[in-house]
This record gives sequence, structure tokens and C-alpha cells, in this order.
Amino acid sequence: MLTIWSKIVPKFWRAQVDLSGEQQDVSYYSRIWKIAVVGIATVSLVPLIAMTLMNMKQYGSALKTEIIFPVSRLVSNTKRTITDFLTERRAALTYIVQDPTLDATCAQPCLSTILKRLKSSHGGFVDLGIIDSLGLQRAYVGPYDLKGKDYSEQDWFKEVLVKGVYVSDAFAGYRKIPHFVIAVKQELDNGDFYILRATIDTNKFNDLIVSLGLRPSSDAFLINQRGILQTPSRFHGGVLEKIELSIPHASTRTEIQEISDEEGRRSIMGYAYIEGSPFIFVVLQQEKELMKSVDKLRRILSLFLGISVTLILIVVFAAATHLVNRIYEADMKRTSALHTIEHTNKMASTGRLAAGVAHEINNPLAIINEKAGLLKDFLSLSEELPPRDKLVGLVDSILYSVERCGVITHRLLGFARHIDVRSEPIDLGNFLQEVLGFLGKEAQYRNITVNMNVADQLPVIESDRGRLQQVFLNVINNAFAAVQDGGRIDISAKPSTPDRVAVTITDDGCGIPPENLRAVFEPFFSTKGDKGTGLGLSITYGLVQKLGGEISVESGVNKGTSFTITLPLKQPGVPHESIVS
Amino acid sequence: MRVLLVDDEEEFITALAERLVLRGIDADCVTNGMDAVHFAQSRKYDVVVVDIKMPKICGLDVMKSIREKDANAKFIFMTGHGSEDNVRACREAGAWDCLFKPVNIDVLIEKVLQAAKT
Repeated sequence: MLTIWSKIVPKFWRAQVDLSGEQQDVSYYSRIWKIAVVGIATVSLVPLIAMTLMNMKQYGSALKTEIIFPVSRLVSNTKRTITDFLTERRAALTYIVQDPTLDATCAQPCLSTILKRLKSSHGGFVDLGIIDSLGLQRAYVGPYDLKGKDYSEQDWFKEVLVKGVYVSDAFAGYRKIPHFVIAVKQELDNGDFYILRATIDTNKFNDLIVSLGLRPSSDAFLINQRGILQTPSRFHGGVLEKIELSIPHASTRTEIQEISDEEGRRSIMGYAYIEGSPFIFVVLQQEKELMKSVDKLRRILSLFLGISVTLILIVVFAAATHLVNRIYEADMKRTSALHTIEHTNKMASTGRLAAGVAHEINNPLAIINEKAGLLKDFLSLSEELPPRDKLVGLVDSILYSVERCGVITHRLLGFARHIDVRSEPIDLGNFLQEVLGFLGKEAQYRNITVNMNVADQLPVIESDRGRLQQVFLNVINNAFAAVQDGGRIDISAKPSTPDRVAVTITDDGCGIPPENLRAVFEPFFSTKGDKGTGLGLSITYGLVQKLGGEISVESGVNKGTSFTITLPLKQPGVPHESIVS
Repeated sequence: MRVLLVDDEEEFITALAERLVLRGIDADCVTNGMDAVHFAQSRKYDVVVVDIKMPKICGLDVMKSIREKDANAKFIFMTGHGSEDNVRACREAGAWDCLFKPVNIDVLIEKVLQAAKT
């Protein structure tokens, strides 16, 4: 588990220390990684999500329209069928009632024949009756004994008096079976009138609705304008019961609307008012059923979106991790290379130092060799010993030369032991003299005048002695390289601000042309050809920065060059070590 | 045989001269290049033993100046740097040999004798 985790976690996440052993700012890499992940993910995911949502919405609304259309068509077709059904029967009754032979005195057999013909030609008729203007059923043919019944107080009778033709809503009546009535009034020449009344079985409507072949979750029924069911409903009660749904508002067209029941289930309701009747045809289909295909589309799109987002995120994570890892590795390589270069430069400085030291030590060693050799010669080659003073002089010379060697080896030790990064108090005056000690002979051989001007009461600074030695050796060596034999180098040290000191090394050498001046601190910039690596000043620049200081250069061609190194009194971020033994 | 010794370290060169004299070699010594050139003009030396690195006039310049008058003068250089590059540079410049300081007196005499014979 740990191995898998260690493979997933990017290298830069684990890195704590860089090659030079200094604390490394790893948050830089995690910040780049986060920016890359958020940036790339935003650019790639936002359009994808937006497109998917828009598609989902557009396809959803298109599919909904497609789904609603059949409901609307079903309602319209059924409305037309019911209207035709009623119109046909109303027309038949109107035709019959206008027969002059038919009146209130019509004989029972005549009416019976008419009912038989109506049943065979139209169907749905249960009985026929003729009611006089007083509301009494004068003649009746049908399965019930309704002759002589008084309808004068019934609503349908009052309505037909006003309207002439009337289609009632369903009611149980005397027979206690749901039915509805079509009644047609016929005016007589004598001012009297009679009414032909036919009863229609509501089962005809039931059969019609069953023949629609609705889904088990769907419902279709007729209601009247008071919300009383005219045909049985699957989910909203039996015939003549009042439904819980609100009565849809009146319209001459087929209407579709979305409704919710008490439990929050949404349904599509299609309805149409049947003209010339109190009926409203209603179709209810559960939205959930209808929207199955929309839901399926939504699920597919959501799945597609989910998989796409996951894949994109995996790719984004992997790409960002790879990218930042490469940056991190490149930085590590660069740091390693710079570290190696710095080390090489240090070794080169040490090499120069060693050559100087060898020369400085070999000269007194040569004196010792010759003086001791001469002593031996006196003892072995001469018959007489030279005067006592001469012998003492030879021994003194040997002792003096040994002392010279001692001074040099001590100075060398002072250089060699400051390898680790540490901060210690440094008296810049003595320190600069110490550095110059290694170059003093060269100055002497080349007749170069070196002037030191250290301000009185120059504060003691706390810095890394080893690095500072490398800095000043590099800069002063450059000054020696720039001046002609017999030239002049001025070194001054003074406070620049209350918390900084400035050391200026000025030579009267060839100077640096303005076009090169900007590049002197860049790596691999050299005007010395094969003799220079082009790294000295760039490393010096890096070292001064590490010490919390600044280095600047001013130069004029054939006038000389002046390097100013400003150092803080206290080196930031390095533990103080007061005494180096 | 006459030898001229040149080195800016007076203690060294006087002791070396004295040791050569004790071994029967006629040796003069000077502590700078100018004096060396003057000495070489006034007397003929078989071999000049000279330090490479000296103030004002270095060993190679001394050789050039003396050879302007005496093209056959033999030069043996001495150096405290002790690098093979110095030896090669001196030989390329026309010196007989180059010795590292401190110099073994027997080796020096052997080289001087060899140089004088050629």
C-alpha cells in the first residue's frame, strides 16, 4: 500500500532538502501543480459540463414535446369520437321527433319499433319515452316500468324546456344505474309541445375508453363540469363519485397541463370539453412513466459526463504531475550542476591558493636547505670551522625561515578550516589583509600597488568566512588580472547604511566595455578566452546573494573597474557560531 | 668554470654561492635581474642559475637580455612553484633545465657541469 502511495505521490511532494543541503521551498512546486491542475481542469471541464447540461436540457424539452404530443392527439381523437357519438344520437332523435305522426299519443308499438331501429343503427340506446308538457311520461319503451313517471321536477326536464335539445350528465335516476339522457323538445302547432327522451348507457363510453388501450399507469375518464365522474376511473373513484382533482378550466381546444397529486407525483393531464354536453374528457398519464426515455437519456448523459470528467481529471492530474516533476527534476539538475560548478570554482581557487602557498613555502625551505647544507659543508668539507658569529648567523637564518613557513601554514589553516556554512564575527580589515597575504608576492613581483583603506571603527560583521574568502579572492584575482604590471588596486571598506558595510575594489586596468558590463555576472561569460571559465563572477554573485549582500560593478574602458560588495552586519537565516577553533 | 646565481632571496642565494665555492666552483651571486645582466656583461659565465619569479625582471627576461650579448650562455632555472608546466616552458624558452626549490646541491652541480660541457 505504501509502495503504491509512494509511486502516486509526485517526487516534488516528498522533497525536503536540496543537494546543497539547504532547505528547499517545495511549496513552489505544489503551487505550480495546483495552478496547472485547476487551470487545465477548468479549461477542459467547464465547456464539457456546460455542453452536456445544455444538451440534456434541449434533448429533454424536445423529448418532452414528443412525449406530450401523443397524449394531446389521444385526447383530441377521443373528444372527436365522443362528440360524433353524441351528435349522431342527437341528430337521430331530432329527426325522429320531427315526424308528424309521433306525438304524445303515439302508440307503444310505434315507439318500440323506433327504439329497435335506433338500437340496430346507432347502438347505446336503452329506452325511449315521450313526455308531455306537464312532465308526465306518456309513452315508454324499455326495460323498466317508467310509464306515467313525473319528470316535471327533474333538472333535465327544466333544461330541455329552455334549450330545446339537452344532453344530461350521468345520473342513477329511478333505475339506480348510471346513464345519461338526450332529450329533444318538439313544438306543436297548437302551442303545446312534447319531449322525446332517450336514455343512453354510459357503458358505451366505458367501452370507448377501454378501447384506447392505455398503459396500466395511465387513466382516462369523463367528468362533468362539477367534477363528478361519468365513467369509472382507475385511480380516482367509481362512476358518480367526485374526483379530488381540481376541475380544469374551460377551453374549446384540447389542453395539456402538468399537475401534482398530494404525494407529489407529477402527471401530465390532457383534457377537452365535449361541445354540446356537460362532459369533459380527461387523460392522466404519470410523468415518471412518460419521462422514462428522458430519464434514460439523462442517465446516459450523466454517465458519459461522469466518465469523461474522471478521465479528464486523471489525464490532468497525470499531466500536471509529470510536468511539475520534470520542472522539479530540471531544477534539481540545475542546482546540482551549479553546485558542481561552484565546487569546481572553489577547487580552482584552492588550486591557485595551493600554487601560491607552495611558492611561499618553498622559498624559506630553500633557504633552510642551503643554510643547513652550508653548515654541513663547513663540518665535512672545511678543515677549519668558520667564526662562531657566522655559524650563529646560519642557524638564525634557518630559524627565521622556519618561522616564515609557520606563518604561511597558519594562514593556510585559517583558510582551509572554513568549509561549512556558518556565521562568525569577522573584522573586515584583518580579513582583507589575510586575503591579500596570498596575493602579496604577486603584487611584489608585478610591482602592483595595493592600497587598503578601512574606515575607523568599521563594525564587525557576522558572515560565512569561507564563502567571503572565495568572494574576495575571486574579485581581487580579477583585479590582478585586469591591471598591467606596475598598476594599482585600491581596496576600501566603510559602512554604507547603519546595518550594512561596503567593500570596494577598484583597479586601474583595462576596464570593461559597456556592452560586456551587463553580462559580467552571467554564467559562462568570459573575455579571457581559454584562460577563464566564465564562472568566477557568476559564482561570486551567487555567493554574495547567499550571504545576504549585493554586488555591483562600474567600469570605464582604459579607466579601470570598481566592484562594490555590500554585506549585511548579520547574515540572515544562518545559525550563529561565535568561535571557530 | 664560472657560475652566476640569481635569486631575490638573498639568504638563499648567498648560501648557495658559498656552498658552490666550497666545492671549487667559481660562483657569483646577485639578488635581481638588472644586476645579473650587468654581471654577465662584465664577465663571461659558463652557466647562469636563475630564479624564474623575481620582482621587476623575471628569470626568462634575464635569459633574453644576457643571450643578446652571449648567445651560448647556458641557463638553469629554479622555481618554487614546482610545476611540470614550468619545466616545459623553460625548456621551450631555451633553458638547459629547471630545478625545483629547495635544490639538492649535488643535483645542481651535476646539471651545471653537464650544461658547461655542452
